[in-house]
Amino acid sequence: MTTSSLTGADASTEVPLKRRLRRAERARQVKALALVLPLLLFLLFTFAGPIAGMLWRAVDDREVRHVLPQTVAALASWDGKDLPNEDAFAALASDIVAARAAGTIAIAAKRLNYALNGFRTILTSTARNLKAAPEPGAAKETLSKINAAWRERATWTTIKDAGGPVTGYYLLSALDLMRNVDGAIIAAPPDQAIYREVFTRTFVISLSVTVLCLLLGFPVAYLLAALPPARSNLLMIFVLLPFWTSLLVRTCAWIVLLQSNGVVNDSLHWLGIIDQPLRLIYNRFGVCVAMTHVLLPFMILPLYSSMKAISPAYMRAAASLGAPPVTAFLRIYLPQTLPGIGAGSLLVFILALGYYITPALVGGAADQMISYFIALYTTETANWGLASALGAVLLLATLLLALVYGKLVQGQQVTGGMKN
Amino acid sequence: MSDNASLRTPSQRIAWTATIAVSTLVFIFLIAPILAIMPLSFSSGSYLTYPLPGLSLRWYDDFINSPRWMNALKNSMIIGVASTALSMVLGTLAALGLAQWKSRFKPLVLAFVLSPVVVPGVITAVGLYFFFAPIGLTGSYLGLILAHTALATPFVVITVGATLQSFDTNLARAAASLGASPIYAFRRVILPLILPGLASGALFAFATSFDEVVIVLFMAGPEQRTLPREMFSGIRENISPTITAAAVILTTVSVILLATLEGLRRRNERLKAGG
Repeated sequence: MTTSSLTGADASTEVPLKRRLRRAERARQVKALALVLPLLLFLLFTFAGPIAGMLWRAVDDREVRHVLPQTVAALASWDGKDLPNEDAFAALASDIVAARAAGTIAIAAKRLNYALNGFRTILTSTARNLKAAPEPGAAKETLSKINAAWRERATWTTIKDAGGPVTGYYLLSALDLMRNVDGAIIAAPPDQAIYREVFTRTFVISLSVTVLCLLLGFPVAYLLAALPPARSNLLMIFVLLPFWTSLLVRTCAWIVLLQSNGVVNDSLHWLGIIDQPLRLIYNRFGVCVAMTHVLLPFMILPLYSSMKAISPAYMRAAASLGAPPVTAFLRIYLPQTLPGIGAGSLLVFILALGYYITPALVGGAADQMISYFIALYTTETANWGLASALGAVLLLATLLLALVYGKLVQGQQVTGGMKN
Repeated sequence: MSDNASLRTPSQRIAWTATIAVSTLVFIFLIAPILAIMPLSFSSGSYLTYPLPGLSLRWYDDFINSPRWMNALKNSMIIGVASTALSMVLGTLAALGLAQWKSRFKPLVLAFVLSPVVVPGVITAVGLYFFFAPIGLTGSYLGLILAHTALATPFVVITVGATLQSFDTNLARAAASLGASPIYAFRRVILPLILPGLASGALFAFATSFDEVVIVLFMAGPEQRTLPREMFSGIRENISPTITAAAVILTTVSVILLATLEGLRRRNERLKAGG
């Protein structure tokens, strides 16, 4: 219908053909974009928005500002070199009295306690003992008498640092860093520095699983690619069935197999290899085995598709030119599988980094990965700032790796197309 | 074996035998756990060990008569079907649009649309938990359906997009030149041809929702617990044989989904070969 009306308009208005084509093309593009738009808006609401909100929480710091507004204002001009002046003490006293009446002391106490251990006690004891706002000029005296901590500079810098509205505190904590009393970034004390170890652990587990997947997946992918399609399609079921089986079912199966009176221990005992059941689960071994099982198909499938694209003629050519099989494999075959190895390894590594369920179910306390701590701080201790900051670091690592993966897969498709 | 003809040297034969041996072990590693859990669900005893003391269906009986598991099954179906339907609509529209859209921003938009697959589940879950709680969407079916749709749609965009790539746009042009309106052409020409792609997209979407547990852990109230969620708490407490029955039921669903998908793939290949 639109076409006929356009042809009708032809004769009267002499719009050049080129311009009309361009206009039609533009209309087509607008229509195409309109089709994508609902999904983009939907994802903005259910995915990008929530994640942006989480990232914002990693730097958002308005609790202390909300509970102790006058103090934060009074400290704005404080240089942090000496104790703050009487005005700041008076502001704090008046804020505490008001917050106590409003019942909001605990909110500020919780936030300040993150930054300075024991701050909760300082603030609540002060609130308890401060009956009314002190006489003008006596605030410093009164507060210091109630709690000697008010005579220390660190107490005040903690409030100033937590004054918001934004903070680097949670992000620094997530990297085991903190600001000292002079505002310089230093390493956190060893008893609070746990996240670098958690990140390292996450990295080590993911890397181990990736290497295991590569070692186990390579021969399988090679076999599947070398066999005639009828056979390889049949064997592919061994890869696809686990791939489609629920993660929970597979994790459950490993617990049944590996527990102390499970199938594996019973068989080993029956065979006379062991006397005592081995501890195969709720430790690093169990985590690596179960995660390798879950992620192995993600390694085999990209490897298989890259090997499938390698023409057997290359190997035959190498052999006919006198290359021994090992040389031909290392110099001719292996290099051509590198894109597949890269894509599969990156995919497995990215997926492993964010794992939560499997380590939570088959790991011990020392095998929990970063996701566990994000979940813990969100639902158990409600330290949302820290949960968000840890999430931000994990997200950044994931997105950087995904970017590399995207480049790799794109390149692979291009070369694959050229070969065909 | 057809390849044996080309294996002339002994070392090649050894390498090939080794490949088969290692692969067999890996296949056993992949499939044995899933197979091992199945007979246990038919055990008459309450310990998860072999040999089975006897056969019985009591754990299936337990599953079917448990309001907790039945509610979980119902929830998994409701949330799975609803998020599949929603992700099919959004994903198919987007795939159609992306197939026609030419812009240098296209890779960027595509990366954004596919990103829910890559972003760790915990991050999405925490973000949604903060975002949905103030607007009353945590502890609700709607919240979970929306979240699962976000996770499932990328799979729809990929599968439908792949089908559209092999779709001959001349057919749509022919329909237009014969006077079909875009909607009529879509319904009568495009839709029947891309239907297998839509079906596999729907299967992927359903499987994604049916297997998802991290978001459910964060967002579901006691009313919305799904099968994987019940399995998660069941495994945490202590694994009873009822869980193995649930596992067998879940695996059966996966096998049905996989078989349907394989059937679709074969049909597609036949059509391609025939055409």
